[in-house]
Amino acid sequence: MARQRPIRWHIAVFLAPAVLVYSAIMILPLFSTLNLSLFTRTADGTAFVGLDNFRTLFGDPRWSAAFWNALGNNLWFFAVHMLVQNPIGILLAALLSSPRLRFSAFYRTAIFIPTILSFVVVGFIWKLILSPLWGIAPGMLDMVGLKGLFAPWLGKEEYALTTLALISVWQFVGIPMMLIYAALLSIPDDIIEAAEMDGITGWSQFWRIKLPLILPAIGIISILTFVGNFNAFDLIYVSQGALAGPNFATDILGTFLYRTFFGFQLQLGDPHMGATIATAMFGIILVGVCIYLFGIQTRLRRYQF
Amino acid sequence: MKKTTLGLALLAGTILGGTAWAQDVTLTIESWRNDDITIWQDTLIPAFESANPGIKLVFAPTAPADYNAVLNSKLDAGSAGDLITCRPFDASLELFNKGQLADLTSLSSMANFSDVAKSAWQTDDGAATFCVPMASVIHGFLYNADAFAELGLTPPATEEEFFAVLDKIKQDGTYVPMAMGTQDQWEAATMGYQNIGPNYWKGEEGRKALIAGTQKLTDEPWVAPFVQLAKWKDYLGDGFEAQTYPDSQNLFTLGRAAIYPTGSWEIGVFNPQVSFKMGAFPPPVPKAGDECYISDHTDIALGMNAKTAHPEETRKFLEWVGSAEFATLYANALPGFFSLNSTAVEMQDPLAKEFVSWREKCQPTIRSTYQILSRGTPNLENETWNASANVIRGTETPEDAARRLQEGLASWYEPQKAK
Repeated sequence: MARQRPIRWHIAVFLAPAVLVYSAIMILPLFSTLNLSLFTRTADGTAFVGLDNFRTLFGDPRWSAAFWNALGNNLWFFAVHMLVQNPIGILLAALLSSPRLRFSAFYRTAIFIPTILSFVVVGFIWKLILSPLWGIAPGMLDMVGLKGLFAPWLGKEEYALTTLALISVWQFVGIPMMLIYAALLSIPDDIIEAAEMDGITGWSQFWRIKLPLILPAIGIISILTFVGNFNAFDLIYVSQGALAGPNFATDILGTFLYRTFFGFQLQLGDPHMGATIATAMFGIILVGVCIYLFGIQTRLRRYQF
Repeated sequence: MKKTTLGLALLAGTILGGTAWAQDVTLTIESWRNDDITIWQDTLIPAFESANPGIKLVFAPTAPADYNAVLNSKLDAGSAGDLITCRPFDASLELFNKGQLADLTSLSSMANFSDVAKSAWQTDDGAATFCVPMASVIHGFLYNADAFAELGLTPPATEEEFFAVLDKIKQDGTYVPMAMGTQDQWEAATMGYQNIGPNYWKGEEGRKALIAGTQKLTDEPWVAPFVQLAKWKDYLGDGFEAQTYPDSQNLFTLGRAAIYPTGSWEIGVFNPQVSFKMGAFPPPVPKAGDECYISDHTDIALGMNAKTAHPEETRKFLEWVGSAEFATLYANALPGFFSLNSTAVEMQDPLAKEFVSWREKCQPTIRSTYQILSRGTPNLENETWNASANVIRGTETPEDAARRLQEGLASWYEPQKAK
């Protein structure tokens, strides 16, 4: 008689803590949010309304205008990060990994420090720097004779969102820099040497040898930026308030959700519409991540050293 | 019973760091006014305790921004204090409807308050009152009296004089004519629209007509304040679009701006900060001889937790809060927060006296968006913030702003629906 394989209890035991904790603090709240969006408040408690809240969010002219405005702003916020933060991050990493650079540890630390600052500090510092009354920005522009270029950027509809996106870039440029830097350091020296033997040096070496090798890291950074930007809230809330002024020009999905869920000033919070927006955000992020996973990640070529 | 009393007393003892007698009843006051803690501990509570032995009070404030949320969860959990500081209108009305605030209509000191004073803490039909009104704030303009003397200006009484004064200050160039920014938006609505508006919509008359649906926000009296605000743009400081509320306060207290549209609550804050003489004038009327209206906004009241263990003592304290004695103590401790009590209160602060003197010559009203009209979505008050800021920045015309507000209101408020 063949020996029966014993049930391997230890697998379940080892998995249990993570599964339980993760379910309790991540999965359950996620599903209860989805569930919340299917109900509405009535005179006596709550009532199940199916997808009615989604119909309001996308069908009602006011709700949908606010939603699309927030989504559009969010896309622009993301675009600025992708076009400014990540290229600068890659550039800085390339410079830092150059063996001829002196004080590279100092630069690395200095550029990374804003990342560990709180949003509140960053928002407040930049608000002061850019203040038309007490800020140093008007004075510094004046010193180089460019006073005419100064505008109260955070108060102008056309500039406010871009200004905030650039502040956020300033804060977080250290993260892509570090990830790319690590990826660049992991490229074995023999590959670089082989390239040099073949006469590929300088920029051409970066474009043809290093960049293809760090593409997976760039992919990861893009997806982190995407998720981070679509969940963003703090910086806008700290510097522009929950109404995301001027005239909702800086309203992103996070602030829109906050205003709806918790209410603001005389407006009482509506957890059900709030959960509806949260679900829509979840869907957007899910779709974005899926596009990345199945459309890009699987096609990236990986190299084994 | 004895045990809970002892427990409460011990708790109070730890909080106060003093001793409490076991037989005393201790009442806890929930409030968002953490700025007032010394006033309560040094002035108000001792005054009541010495006259009423056996009742002790603890003032336990929460941060203003968290107050509504914290209070709601405490009330739901049954751990809230005996006395609840009431926000005006719907926030408190909801608590009353949920049975968490007690009905205080039968309190004898309620007779000391006018109907307008009580309206913020009543059911819509006025049948039940659930909080004792404490104070209101009055809107107006503060000005730098030294700067006015220097430039030979007198406080304006009419719209025309107002802009003449602003023009003169602007021509002189020493001072920023008016300190206001649009970054925080609420200044534009509260210190702008709600400040000057009552003169145009004729105070209570217009406010009630709007609630009844006989006037619309697109009617002339409601557009006129926006037309005025649109003219303010030229008199504000450079970069006012990014100027915040604290920026405006500093601009005025540092003596760099001549006029500051505001409310009486700033008096207590500004008095110790300014090195010049301050004056105040009420919102200018459209034409000389017009009846004047002021926003005398009911802001703060005190109610009773319906589940309190000591209803009798709590009611006793509330009777005292409704008395003339409390009104005098409170109004003098907090200049700029005016008692709503019908008996005239003797105040010391000259600026506070100036504000309150307008009650005699002008008709008082409350902020137009606070009662009933901000119950739906889109919320009229929040929309007004946005619209006022847009109008001042010049990105939306007064007519467009008014039309947008009206459409928003008509989308959910029955009496305003298509007629």
